[in-house]
Amino acid sequence: MSQLAVEFAYWQTTIFKLVMAFVAVLIPAGGTVYLYLFKMVSFMQSRLGPMEAGPYGSLQLMAEVGKFAQKEDIFPARADRFVFAAAPYVVLVSTFLLVLVVPFGPDAAFANFDVGVFLALAVSSLSVIGILMAGWASASKYSLLGGLRAAGQLIAYELPLVLAVVGVVIQAGSLNLQRIVQAQIEGEIFGWGALGNPFVITQFIGFFIFLVAVQAELAQVPFDMPIAESELVSGYMTEYSGFRFLLFFIAEFATANIFAFLASVLFLGGWSVPPFVTDLLGIDSYSNAMNVIGPIVMATKMLLLTFVIYWVRFTYPRFREDQLQKFAWKFLIPLALVNIALTGFFKVAF
Amino acid sequence: MALVPGVIKGLGVTFSEIVKTVTKGPETVQYPHAKEDPVPRARGVIALHEDNCTSCMLCARECPDWCIYIEGHKELAPPRRAGGKPRSVNKLDRFDIDYGLCMYCGICVEVCPFEALFWSPEFEYSEPKIADLLHDKTRLGQWMTTVPEFEPYEAGAQVKGKKVPR
Repeated sequence: MSQLAVEFAYWQTTIFKLVMAFVAVLIPAGGTVYLYLFKMVSFMQSRLGPMEAGPYGSLQLMAEVGKFAQKEDIFPARADRFVFAAAPYVVLVSTFLLVLVVPFGPDAAFANFDVGVFLALAVSSLSVIGILMAGWASASKYSLLGGLRAAGQLIAYELPLVLAVVGVVIQAGSLNLQRIVQAQIEGEIFGWGALGNPFVITQFIGFFIFLVAVQAELAQVPFDMPIAESELVSGYMTEYSGFRFLLFFIAEFATANIFAFLASVLFLGGWSVPPFVTDLLGIDSYSNAMNVIGPIVMATKMLLLTFVIYWVRFTYPRFREDQLQKFAWKFLIPLALVNIALTGFFKVAF
Repeated sequence: MALVPGVIKGLGVTFSEIVKTVTKGPETVQYPHAKEDPVPRARGVIALHEDNCTSCMLCARECPDWCIYIEGHKELAPPRRAGGKPRSVNKLDRFDIDYGLCMYCGICVEVCPFEALFWSPEFEYSEPKIADLLHDKTRLGQWMTTVPEFEPYEAGAQVKGKKVPR
């Protein structure tokens, strides 16, 4: 923000960033829940979905939040009260930590970490602890089984997630997400630079693995064994009600968006638009205007990716537990390793 | 690998359904604002045409869960021909159907030999109190206005058609 005429004090930017973090987490979460969870799935089932609250049902989410806020706050009799109460916040904190690393423009980022990719992948694993806490503290068989399954699954799919990103990191030569975006703007496809070089073109295997692993990390169908509602009721969330359940709910869908943000940064060029567009508009790819255009571009890419996430979610039936583990260990991880080897080979060759 | 085409096909199915709903509209109706057309011979509520009822009790006796209550008394009606003897007829005092008990089997409508009972497709008569589900003969008579014209059965059906009195 150094280019602005007004200099802001540290506390002012901090408050601004805090507010923006809530905006960046909650607005996309609400938007995608309405767009995809309420409307798209309804259209897939040849119905209209919520239509009463607000025009075309757009305020349905407010109604839902109001409903959850009114509900009785229940602790199971034998629950570990502190751990039980803390678990949803641990999950939510991992969501908010995750959004910190995402760049929305050349300067519009909460923080510019040199090891942004590393931090993102590290804090995304924090949610496992929250989920295990929830499963254990609920003192319920359903919750415990759900929590253990979630832990097993999240650890199994953490690996392909990390390995898929390694290919991008090798190609960009940096762990800094801003540098990764820059590498995609300045990249050339065999000397043709009009499109830049979004890594999805070269890292399509990594992109596929990343999306699959994200689906599993979020415990979305077809990887929803931990919260399988038909057998485990709702897994680690079984004993939660009211506001605490709402926190899990927000965390789940907000994390989906932030992973979509991350995927668009890593594979689709992030906040940048292809260089031929910036040439057409006559602006520099790193100019101040991109701080305004960037978030819109990011939101568009995020909506596209979350569309794919929810499309898959509402199409496929659930994996069995053993199929789920086999898919990670016997297919995705070897594939990711091959991808890394190939990327390394081509990086040296070209 | 035979798995892959099916996986892709599944995505196609859900996507084409989205397109269908957006372009051609959904299969459902927005109920309180719009109502579905009732299916032929829909079983919503039983209507009573009191003039045809002879309080013969056939419906009450055939009713599997005994939800029909009939009371009547004999009355003298004027003779058909001048100078004749006054006729003795059954007058209906009470004809109640308890919809809290009714299981909508339609046997009463089937057995009524005098075409006094009819199916109406109306279904909006829920009550906060279960006792209010007992419809008396005036209420049952009011349903008569909602009875649709009888649609003939398929060719070869054993059951005779009904003529709806207007």
